[in-house]
Amino acid sequence: MAALPENIDQTRELLASQGYICGQALATVVFLSLKLGRPLFLEGEAGVGKTEIAKALASGLGRRLIRLQCYEGLDASSAVYEWNFAAQMVAIRTAEAVGSSDRAELNAELFSEDFLIRRPLLEAMSPQEGGPPILLIDELDRADEPFEAFLLEALSDFQVTIPELGTIVAEEPPIVILTSNRTREVHDALKRRCLYHWVDYPDFDRELEILNAQVPEASAALSREIVAFVQKLRSEDLFKKPGVAETIDWAKCLLALDAVQLSPQVIADTLGAILKYQDDIVRIQGSEAARILTEAKASSEMAD
Amino acid sequence: MRKFADLPIPEDGKFVANITHFARALRVAGLPVGPGRVADAIRAVEVAGFTDKRDFYWTLHACFVSRPEHREVFAQIFRLFWRDPQYLENMMALLAPAMRGVQKERKANPAERRAAEALLDGADAEAPELQEGESAEIKLDASLTFSAQENLQALDFEQMTTAEMAEAKRMIARIKLPVKPLASRRTKPALRGRIPDWRGTIRGAMRTGGDIQKLAMRQRKTRWPNLVALCDISGSMSAYSRVILHFLHAASNAKGAGWAQVHSFTFGTQLTNITRHLRNRDVDTALAMAGAEARDWEGGTRIGECLHTFNRDWSRRVLGQGAVVLLITDGLDRDDPDLLASEMERLHLSARKVIWLNPLLRWDGFAPKARGIRAMLPHVDSFRAGHNIASLQALADALTKPEDVGEKARLMRAMREG
Repeated sequence: MAALPENIDQTRELLASQGYICGQALATVVFLSLKLGRPLFLEGEAGVGKTEIAKALASGLGRRLIRLQCYEGLDASSAVYEWNFAAQMVAIRTAEAVGSSDRAELNAELFSEDFLIRRPLLEAMSPQEGGPPILLIDELDRADEPFEAFLLEALSDFQVTIPELGTIVAEEPPIVILTSNRTREVHDALKRRCLYHWVDYPDFDRELEILNAQVPEASAALSREIVAFVQKLRSEDLFKKPGVAETIDWAKCLLALDAVQLSPQVIADTLGAILKYQDDIVRIQGSEAARILTEAKASSEMAD
Repeated sequence: MRKFADLPIPEDGKFVANITHFARALRVAGLPVGPGRVADAIRAVEVAGFTDKRDFYWTLHACFVSRPEHREVFAQIFRLFWRDPQYLENMMALLAPAMRGVQKERKANPAERRAAEALLDGADAEAPELQEGESAEIKLDASLTFSAQENLQALDFEQMTTAEMAEAKRMIARIKLPVKPLASRRTKPALRGRIPDWRGTIRGAMRTGGDIQKLAMRQRKTRWPNLVALCDISGSMSAYSRVILHFLHAASNAKGAGWAQVHSFTFGTQLTNITRHLRNRDVDTALAMAGAEARDWEGGTRIGECLHTFNRDWSRRVLGQGAVVLLITDGLDRDDPDLLASEMERLHLSARKVIWLNPLLRWDGFAPKARGIRAMLPHVDSFRAGHNIASLQALADALTKPEDVGEKARLMRAMREG
């Protein structure tokens, strides 16, 4: 188990050692969240690396990553705990066959830890090897408001109550990271309990660094071209701008096709890796892509 | 003198005071900064250290900013404040009386106007007063009351006198939009449910010593959808848009009347979000604020452009949870019909249901001749009139019936033939 970083620069190095390149702003909130034991609330467009940060932290600190993917109707039985009904049934039958009918005894047996199925939140509250785990609550905006209200309680006290067993308190609170794509506003009451950070698209240099860390096989010239093109593309009027994840995917696609440099033909063939809406593809295809490519090449040469 | 909670004060007392002052400056600028956050910020600066200005900036940023739109405000205030706190204070002291003055005037204005109306306008005084807390629906009212009200129902908004308009607004405020609730993914215990409740069953079995006698059941809960209203405020719609905004105000403020959330936008040459303004309970204040926000009243129309802005900036944020879109426009657009058609298609694909309210439909012989209308019509679920009170009431029915298409079928046929 690695020790928690002592300052902001160490935090950045820790993340960088896992291939996650981030700016000073993000490193600061991550450091504060670790130091103050506050949940970290990350909001941003899809594909800017919100989920990745939890993974990088977990592997960097040698902690277990527990992920809770949110969806509409997510409730306590899939987020916290559930009883193993099938096993309970069998136990009831067995008790009947044996002929014991002491209700108190049966009750204590049926609702014991043996029959408890632990879901992510409860798992995160229990002690783990390597120290408190990292709890990633992913895409919170997909869950509905009742679940948000439930989270408020769980995140402020780090305890859950199981009526049959009593209250389970986390000995050491987990490191909590929440992410949202902002398909709706998350309630202020929940935001207030967290440290907030809006994860933006990276600038040219940072994105190049990220690409070098994630796809080291790509040649320096190709990486520069890819990043310059994607950066230019983001300034266009698109329905969905490509995220960093798309840049990385695209670089991998180009490598798989053995492309050494970008050309209008190659771009036309692989546009589906960076643009995911038909309207956007139609808008960018052909002469528009060629224009962006020449502009991108010009600007990346200027930077040299 | 207000008392503040005790804070763990480090040796350097100035620094705590400075952060507190800074927080107050942020609060004045509209950031929701409570004492809890101030305490957090002080603790955060303690652990993060105070060596580098950049680190200090991001430390405070992490504690005080919780919305992307606040980042710029924070940056400005930070720059001003940590250069010279005195400077900002002086600025605020200068501004404070002016700001208070403006607010006071705004509050008094609608009430004053209403008082003046009540004293001077005889027509208004005669109008039947609506009772507070009256829950009967307007339909009941209309069927057994004044003929004056009945006439008003069918009268076009454009032809109403000021007095009639005032009365119409009062009636509109009472229209309810009963919407069909959506089945959510969440369940609740129910005697006649269809989903077996294993947990409840086992707990029930405990009562009889482990003997399962009855299967407990659950059923799905329902929830209300969101409403997103896009209202045209260009010149050709001027007679209607003000009334429609009254209608939207009523819908936004009707608590427990169906809609989970109502998001309202106006468009003419540009798109404006007026949701926040319409939440003001006083209808006159709300509309005045919305009017001040939207700068393109009674100008031209660029429906395609505005829908494009909506699709790009807002659709992902407000159309998420099965929202119903209410589009209120006459469809008279001079721009490229292809752009309009593709943006309408995008809107239609993102929303659960798109209902188009068109005041031009008041003429029985209305045919889809205009290019804009021809471009938009194929991409709506329902096409309805919106020129008088009766048509707004009909809208209520349209919202409850999922298969309602209004006049769309007839007009689509006319479009194919002509």
